[in-house]
Amino acid sequence: MFSLTRDIIDYHALTEQVRRNDCGAVVTFLGTVRELTEGKQTVALDYEAYPEMAEKKLAEIEREVRSRWPVGDVVMVHRLGHLELGEISVAVAVSCPHRDQAFAACRYAIDRVKEIVPIWKKENWADGSTEWVDPTQAHG
Amino acid sequence: MKIRLFARAKDLAAAERIDVDLPPGATVGELRRRIGEQYPALAALLARSALAVNEEFAHDGLTLPVNADVALLPPVSGG
Repeated sequence: MFSLTRDIIDYHALTEQVRRNDCGAVVTFLGTVRELTEGKQTVALDYEAYPEMAEKKLAEIEREVRSRWPVGDVVMVHRLGHLELGEISVAVAVSCPHRDQAFAACRYAIDRVKEIVPIWKKENWADGSTEWVDPTQAHG
Repeated sequence: MKIRLFARAKDLAAAERIDVDLPPGATVGELRRRIGEQYPALAALLARSALAVNEEFAHDGLTLPVNADVALLPPVSGG
C-alpha cells in the first residue's frame, strides 16, 4: 500500500497497519526535515510531485519489495507541500517474519523511493533563498 | 506537443506546460533537442533531466506515441 498526502503522517497508524501475527519484525522508517545541510541552515522544505507517475512508481517499488523478501505488509507514504523542521516527509513501514528481512526490505524501499519516484524538494534556506535540490550536482 | 514541467523546470520556464513544435513520428531524443532550441533557459537543466512518456521514464530512442502525455522531470529529490 502507498499514498501521497498533504496531511501530517500518522506513523503509529502505519506501523500498526503492517504489524501482524505471521511476522516477528516491523521496521518503520521516517524521513524528517533536517536543519543543516553542508553548513547551510534550512527553515522549511517544499515537496512537489508528478502525482500520477509517482503513484505508478510507488506501486512498482511495492512489487519489487514483495518479490525480494517475504513481506507481511508494506506501506509507503510521502507527504507533499510545505514542511517545517522536524516534520515527517516520508514513512515506510514493513513487516517480515525476521528482522534481517524487515531491515533490508525497508532500506531498499526508501532507497528506491529516493531514486525513481517523481517527487522534488525545494530548500527554504535561512538567508531567504530557495533552491530545488539536485542530487546530480555537487555543492561548491 | 505539450510538455508538462515540474520543479525547477517550471520555475525556469515560468510555466506549468510548454508547447514544442515537433513532426509526427519524432523520437524522445528529437523532442529533447527541440525543447533546448525553443526554450534555451531550460537547456542546462534539460541535459540532467528525464523525459517521461505516458508516466514512464523514456529513453531518447523511443518514438513518441500519438497523444502521449509527456513530462520533463528534473533530477528527482523526494524522500
